[in-house]
Amino acid sequence: MTIKGKAYIAGIYEHPTRHAPDKSTAQLHAEVAKGAIEDAGLTKADIDGYFCAGDAPGGLWPMVDYLGLKVRHVDSTETGGCSYLIHLGHAAEAIAAGKCSIVLVTLAGKPRTGPMPPRAAGPEADFEVAYGATTHNAYGMCAMRHMHDYGTTSEQLAWIKVAASHHAQHNPHAMLREVVTVEDVINSPMISDPLHRMDCCVVTDGGGAMIVTTPEIAKSLKKPLVRLIGHGEAMKGPRGGKDLDLTYSAGVWSGPRAFEEAGVTPKDIKYASIYDSFTITVLMQLEDLGFCKKGEGGKFVSDGNLISGVGKLPFNTDGGGLCSNHPVNRGGMTKILEAVRQLRGEAHPKVQVLNCDLAIAHGTGGLLGVRHAASTCILERV
Amino acid sequence: MAETKKYPAPVTNPETAEFWEAAKAGKFLIKRCTACGEAHYFPRSICPFCFSDKTEWEESSGEATIYTYSLMRKSPTGPYAIAYVTLKEGPSLQTNIVDCDLTSLKIGQKVKVVFKPTDGAPLPFFTLA
Repeated sequence: MTIKGKAYIAGIYEHPTRHAPDKSTAQLHAEVAKGAIEDAGLTKADIDGYFCAGDAPGGLWPMVDYLGLKVRHVDSTETGGCSYLIHLGHAAEAIAAGKCSIVLVTLAGKPRTGPMPPRAAGPEADFEVAYGATTHNAYGMCAMRHMHDYGTTSEQLAWIKVAASHHAQHNPHAMLREVVTVEDVINSPMISDPLHRMDCCVVTDGGGAMIVTTPEIAKSLKKPLVRLIGHGEAMKGPRGGKDLDLTYSAGVWSGPRAFEEAGVTPKDIKYASIYDSFTITVLMQLEDLGFCKKGEGGKFVSDGNLISGVGKLPFNTDGGGLCSNHPVNRGGMTKILEAVRQLRGEAHPKVQVLNCDLAIAHGTGGLLGVRHAASTCILERV
Repeated sequence: MAETKKYPAPVTNPETAEFWEAAKAGKFLIKRCTACGEAHYFPRSICPFCFSDKTEWEESSGEATIYTYSLMRKSPTGPYAIAYVTLKEGPSLQTNIVDCDLTSLKIGQKVKVVFKPTDGAPLPFFTLA
């Protein structure tokens, strides 16, 4: 069985806020849900499946009750920032199996307003918590080893931020709209070696939502048709400390599965949404997904190759997490939303990719240098 | 600064209690599976490689090399260096490099285990050998 073509993304919504001290987290979930349902041209009563992750206050049953939903299928898969990419794949599975027909997925929260609650401890806690792994230094360790093994440079990483900033200047909602240079990035303060401040994504309040449905229902609605044709998910960790290699991610497994199911290759992709928690995240994912060979990511991202209208692989044309939005410190949802905009032809005209009929949305969740998940979605305009 | 940093006491549990008891005596233990021969860290009762329950405690030499690191420039307790080090016995593990010049660390440098006190069992760290 395959989920190829079994599910369509019929509604999308990204909250315009980047700072929401005047709203509750549940309220933000409701606002993005309302936005996505209206975008699809549906009503709340049509929803028969609801998916959410660790950002949803209280989890499934409080949120289903709060939103006033009546559903017959739910999923609370929690894999950090890529949860929503996995939700999309699982929604397609559930729809293909007839468990539900219209799924709502929501993400929202307020890390810019206040600190997020800590994660529950895993079995490794006594052996790791004291060492202070954060997002910055966990990704810093990946970048440090990638530089050591492959000669990747800070200038090459900086090109990723430069490309994102070129796109963000056209997004009125982007948190950072100023175009930056390679020099700006490498001259920004060192946060955790070798990552500078501008190698890091923004911290924003906000959220996003999508509606996933059957081919028949999608075709009865008014939006351009966008469907999922391939999906993969995978996890990676130190696994007892054997053969540790921080220069690749679980994307080396999720990517090929998604491409195989879709029956396409990286060369066919017109637009790429790649999770950009840090510049190194993008570089490693591009290698792991097969857009270039392992170790050649630095060369691949240089000289504007990721800038729409300039390079060969336009990426994160909304400005991505590096410049626009990283709601709840979780970038998976916004990766899907911009890919759908591109496939619909609804991206900003300055960054819209011509004849964009095939896109990838890919992300990781957790800490790339410690233990993480990855998920890949291949999306097609019908 | 790192010297005054207070580290959390391990919670410990029946699966790992022996590790922390040994730490109190200044010994750094790893686990080795007698079925497949592989050593691993952090310690599990069931081997994460072959899933055998024939795992045994083994005292590590405490000798390792830096696999990678990142110097966190600012934190409420000052700068600190997180790292993965690869033990002479094989497994790599997450730690902090301590009690040395953190600004001149290099991948491949030799390091050795040192214990630092908590309100409970001491925690293993690594310093330049």
